[in-house]
Amino acid sequence: MSLKKNILALRQKKAIVEKGGGDKAIEKQAAMGKLTARERILTLLDPNSFHEYDLFVEHEERNFGMDDKVLAGDGVITGTGTINGAPICIYAQDFTVMGGSLGLKHARKITKIMDHALKMKVPCIGINDSGGARIQEGIGALAGYGEIFYRNTMASGVIPQISVILGPCAGGAVYSPALTDFVFVVENISKMFITGPNVIETVLGEKISQEDLGGARVHAEITGNAHFYAMSELECLDQIKELVSLIPHSNQQKATKVEPRKPTYKKNIENIIPADPKQPYDVREIIFALTDESKFLEVQELWAPNIVIGFGRMDGETVGFVANQPMYLAGVLDCDASDKAARFIRFCDAFNIPIITLEDMPGYLPGVDQEHAGVIRHGAKMLYAYSEATVPKVTVILRKAYGGGYIAMNSRHLGADFMFAWPGAEIAVMGPEGAANIIFRKEIMEAEDEDAMRQQKVQEYIEKFANPFVAASKGYIDAVIEPLETRGLLLHALEVSKNKDDHRPYKKHGVPPF
Amino acid sequence: MSENKIETPELVDFAVTARKYKTQLTKKFKNRKVWIEPNPFEIQSFIPGTIIQISVKEGDLVKEGEPLLILEAMKMQNRIEMPFTAKIKKINVSIGNKIPKDTIMIELESEN
Repeated sequence: MSLKKNILALRQKKAIVEKGGGDKAIEKQAAMGKLTARERILTLLDPNSFHEYDLFVEHEERNFGMDDKVLAGDGVITGTGTINGAPICIYAQDFTVMGGSLGLKHARKITKIMDHALKMKVPCIGINDSGGARIQEGIGALAGYGEIFYRNTMASGVIPQISVILGPCAGGAVYSPALTDFVFVVENISKMFITGPNVIETVLGEKISQEDLGGARVHAEITGNAHFYAMSELECLDQIKELVSLIPHSNQQKATKVEPRKPTYKKNIENIIPADPKQPYDVREIIFALTDESKFLEVQELWAPNIVIGFGRMDGETVGFVANQPMYLAGVLDCDASDKAARFIRFCDAFNIPIITLEDMPGYLPGVDQEHAGVIRHGAKMLYAYSEATVPKVTVILRKAYGGGYIAMNSRHLGADFMFAWPGAEIAVMGPEGAANIIFRKEIMEAEDEDAMRQQKVQEYIEKFANPFVAASKGYIDAVIEPLETRGLLLHALEVSKNKDDHRPYKKHGVPPF
Repeated sequence: MSENKIETPELVDFAVTARKYKTQLTKKFKNRKVWIEPNPFEIQSFIPGTIIQISVKEGDLVKEGEPLLILEAMKMQNRIEMPFTAKIKKINVSIGNKIPKDTIMIELESEN
């Protein structure tokens, strides 16, 4: 055969495999409102940047009638490419090939591209659309999952790992996404659970739909398993592009710097917080007033909305924001909010992203359910994450900073590099009403008019202690600043923290209260 | 990036220690389980499962540690025993019933 003939034969062979499960299966995929695995990769990556490997890998199992089955690419597409010019490794499970089921060779294609990502220090993106373990392959499938989990763990904190759930992802399969840094879900398409509705009904007699058990909204709002929630696959792929542009390629790099821009938010930063300390506002407005072009990519927007986390840029450099949200539950800390913030802080720290903390919180959420859910151990994660982080850490106290929450929100005592407070900040051991009731208990009880005396004592406490100057007099606050100075000072703080050199005692690893 | 999408929400009073704040509640907070003090005279299922055997009947005086019923869950037969000596007031389940967690299976009354 001449070379020309060989080339033609190769093209033919490739064309067949690239069809995945064939036209009928592709039609079925489209009928479910889903793109094919190949379409997803090609839409996500820069045009003509995708290069596929292991196209001709075949499955191993020869029992149970599997010997004469041909599974294109063994049900998964793997390769490399770029997103906005940034190199990445990617795999996408192909639901049209035996339901995207995972056999040993399918898993080995995934682990191979993961190993590659880890060696080349580039982000790894996994698109999940699979019925689960290929039962015919027996424990070969289990081995495959285990080998993926092991690599997820090895790569954790070294390269960003992104999971995209664009179909079912059930049983053991869910644990790879759970080990990665960011999970993307799409309404009506993503389904994640350990045990599905059928098993739950058989074993326990509880009837529930797939959507109610583990649909996109459930994971975005209730469980917190998902970080980004989209209404369509295309919106989801856009979200991924945006995230990838904001985070570094690995822990040895910083996020790509872009052209500095001014905030475009129209509202004056001085007019966002209401004068009455009991009235809420949306803390994201403060973030908009601070970031370049007033842009903010919020992470886990629907889950634990009493704390806001996400990425923005300041003078072109990526910054992570952690902010109490008075608009929900008065901005209290609780189990979920602590988990949410702690994980985000650790991501930022692992990937050299400075953290800006905006504080306005009245304390921890009271309640039996919180105590019994372990708010002690969950809340401790936040203390751990802030204390452990060595990236630049700057806090701005906007309004309330009471009690344990004051300590938890990146206080000086946990190692904040810069502590700023607005002039209306109330930094105190607890809210004025509570404090006055305890400190002046005797005076209040002995007074003729208890309520009048209580009011007087509360007022006294507010004047003497509910301000930023007590903390400033002790050096716990570096500067009391005007709101309009905030962006300038934050930029300066980040500038002078560029070469921050902070060390931790040698250890194999810490033992955070997971 | 989501930019500048601020809605006007409905606010409620929300007490944190001595001060009440105006804020919104989350779905999870609204659906939280309210604490109820456990009643020792109610034998509840600690796991969802199927009743496969009942060893007592209403009116029986049963000694502490004696078997009441078997609740099968996750392929395991759980023997539910009498927590203290008392009389069986009411049995709310029968063999074959599939019950959720925290179902009151048996109600007791003091032996006197």
